[in-house]
Amino acid sequence: MELLSGADMLIRSLQDEGIENIYGYPGGAALHIYDALFRQDTVKHILVRHEQAAVHMADGYARATGKAGTVLVTSGPGATNTITGIATAFMDSIPMVVLCGQVASTLIGEDAFQETDMIGVSRPVVKHNLSVRHPSEIPEIIRKAYYIATTGRPGPVVVDIPKDMTAPNDRYEYVFPKKTKLRSYNPAIRGHAGQIKKAVDMLLAAKRPIVYAGGGVILGKASGQLTEMVRGLGYPITNTLMGIGCYPASDKQHIGWLGMHGTYEANMVMHNADLILAIGARFDDRVTNATEKFCPGARIIHIDIDPASISKTISADVPIVGPVDSVLKEMQSLIKESKVRPDADALAAWWKQIDEWRAFHGMRYETSDDVIKPQEVVEMLHRLTNGDAYVTTDVGQHQMFAAQYYKFDKPNRWISSGGLGTMGFGLPAAMGIKLNFPDEEVLCITGEGSIQMNIQELSTCKQYSLPVKIINLNNQALGMVKQWQDMNYGARHSHSYMDSLPDFVKLAEAYGHEGIKITRKEDLEPMLKKALAMKDKLVFVDIYVDPSEHVYPMHVARGSMKDMWLSKTEKV
Amino acid sequence: MRRIISVLLENEPGALSRVVGLFSQRNYNIETLTVAPTEDPTMSRLTVTTTGSERVIEQITKQLNKLIEVIKLVDLTEGAHIERELMLVKLKATGSQRAEIKRTVDIFRGQIVDVTSSVYTVQLAGDSAKLDGFIQAIGATGVLEVVRSGVSGIARGEKVLSL
Ligand SMILES: Cc1ncc(C[n+]2csc(CCOP(=O)(O)OP(=O)(O)O)c2C)c(N)n1
Ligand SMILES: [Mg+2]
Repeated sequence: MELLSGADMLIRSLQDEGIENIYGYPGGAALHIYDALFRQDTVKHILVRHEQAAVHMADGYARATGKAGTVLVTSGPGATNTITGIATAFMDSIPMVVLCGQVASTLIGEDAFQETDMIGVSRPVVKHNLSVRHPSEIPEIIRKAYYIATTGRPGPVVVDIPKDMTAPNDRYEYVFPKKTKLRSYNPAIRGHAGQIKKAVDMLLAAKRPIVYAGGGVILGKASGQLTEMVRGLGYPITNTLMGIGCYPASDKQHIGWLGMHGTYEANMVMHNADLILAIGARFDDRVTNATEKFCPGARIIHIDIDPASISKTISADVPIVGPVDSVLKEMQSLIKESKVRPDADALAAWWKQIDEWRAFHGMRYETSDDVIKPQEVVEMLHRLTNGDAYVTTDVGQHQMFAAQYYKFDKPNRWISSGGLGTMGFGLPAAMGIKLNFPDEEVLCITGEGSIQMNIQELSTCKQYSLPVKIINLNNQALGMVKQWQDMNYGARHSHSYMDSLPDFVKLAEAYGHEGIKITRKEDLEPMLKKALAMKDKLVFVDIYVDPSEHVYPMHVARGSMKDMWLSKTEKV
Repeated sequence: MRRIISVLLENEPGALSRVVGLFSQRNYNIETLTVAPTEDPTMSRLTVTTTGSERVIEQITKQLNKLIEVIKLVDLTEGAHIERELMLVKLKATGSQRAEIKRTVDIFRGQIVDVTSSVYTVQLAGDSAKLDGFIQAIGATGVLEVVRSGVSGIARGEKVLSL
């Protein structure tokens, strides 16, 4: 029989769970655990410079690999610093386990030094949270935490660990549970056969169909299945911001992503469709625009692992609760068996209409001979990296430009905070990816506002040699805020202006990295090439782009999906 | 529409706060809430009465079901059910009022469970409308204190909510 302290059990459980890297920051309540970490070398710990960054690193790793990320922090401020990161993961259903130190159980409730009710504070932004009440429970709790985080609709799980639970001299038998079962938690493992049959009949009878795929397709590892089915049907497909890469963007059936800043054609197709097949998407307000004006002629099939996502904002005609890969597999085999074929004439007419919409806007933007346009930077990056990089972003105009002009043909490569829209996400997320995929190109496309929200991580990048490429689309403004002020507040730029910016080149150099500043259009390509050629260096590329640029298309507020601004002057 | 949702919950610390947190976080109404352990001490039975449109009620049940510690739930108002609430009420009772109150208590099939020279304490069980009716019959001026348990409910017939 093997006797271990709670701290050793915790680390052993992580090993048995197959965890290789954890991201964290030490402090009083976590010191027993940090000591146990020190005495082994299987689980590698990455020391960040701010706990929020540890969570985004774990998140970036999770989004790129589909596996749960792991974070370790101390109680009180260490724990509260993770909240933004946890909320970010929660909104995008990212699997993650956050291990938090806590004051000793005997002190809880006494306002002890660095005591925060982390269970209470995190409750609204976690899939679940768990407290350790006895050291011997630790293996079981760790198993449960990963099980809950990774199954069903994934999400972050917090584990609160009072310091006395990890005391070195309290030893208990270590048994890692092989299986976990919770009587109160049984995520669906397949969709309802009758509903699937109904969906297939409707799908094959549609005249103006559209497939609307979301992040759930990527989380559910169903991109291959989806692509096969959609290709077979010959139907148009659009996806959400979170679904980018679930279907190859270069394929002609792909009509771009939809929603507030989606393509003209994707929004038009949705509005005019007679059938919407929604897969792992949640009819978010940034997609639907005003719900009462949403797609008036469409019947809706909605597949999701989470029943609460179905008919939440938009009612589904055929709801299907189940894992997307298995539901799509069943649909595919029914389609193959069926004698009914899609109506070729209707489909041809539909595609003719779609191609007209495509030609109408075509994601055009004005170019200029002297100022650098942010869109062209992204297009150039796409070309120079063969469209095959991992791209993380922060939040703002640069995020939308990155999503619009970097065309992803693979899932798990577009890494962006969609649901919460967290500035400060991009750099640490990129670090989490680079650490796990050292041979892949990892770009962080950011803005001068966002990058300053976790800039301290340049130091972590130095410590662990994480040569990500930071592409700062520097418009010297909180561009997205400014755009809204231009459009809705009479161009009164209340606090959207980034005055007194640092010299980012010197800043990068101060942290031991390379910095490149680009202000002239003719320097753009050679300098970007130069930056990308420095394989082993983190390069901070500070690019001065047109400060007056807006993101288009853009939904007209409170309109339907088809109501868009296409430029500063054209509204349709 | 008013609904009575009955929930089997893991009897664990923090489980109740998740239910209550869910209601406030998503802007749902709680009219009454009762909770106590069941015959199996690892489980609690929670009854919540709430109001909302069809869509809101559907979301409430789905969101409740999503909580890891919720084992099962049923919307009792979807079928025949029995609803009970217990009320303890202190009434001003002097002079001729005493006989009058006694009569009203009898009509409502309540019991006077404590007496002083000027106060009756009455116990009354029934559905919420009956308890409201009693208070109305007594008249607000005579009521000194009201304690209501909140609604508990159970389905009629063979249906049971259990593991
Ligand atoms: C943490 C956080 N605070 C505030 C916001 C609101 N916000 C959204 S975009 C934006 C401007 C971002 O500026 P920058 O990073 O320079 O990007 P740009 O829009 O200029 O490309 C702000 C402040 C946010 N999304 N996240
Ligand atoms: Mg900016």
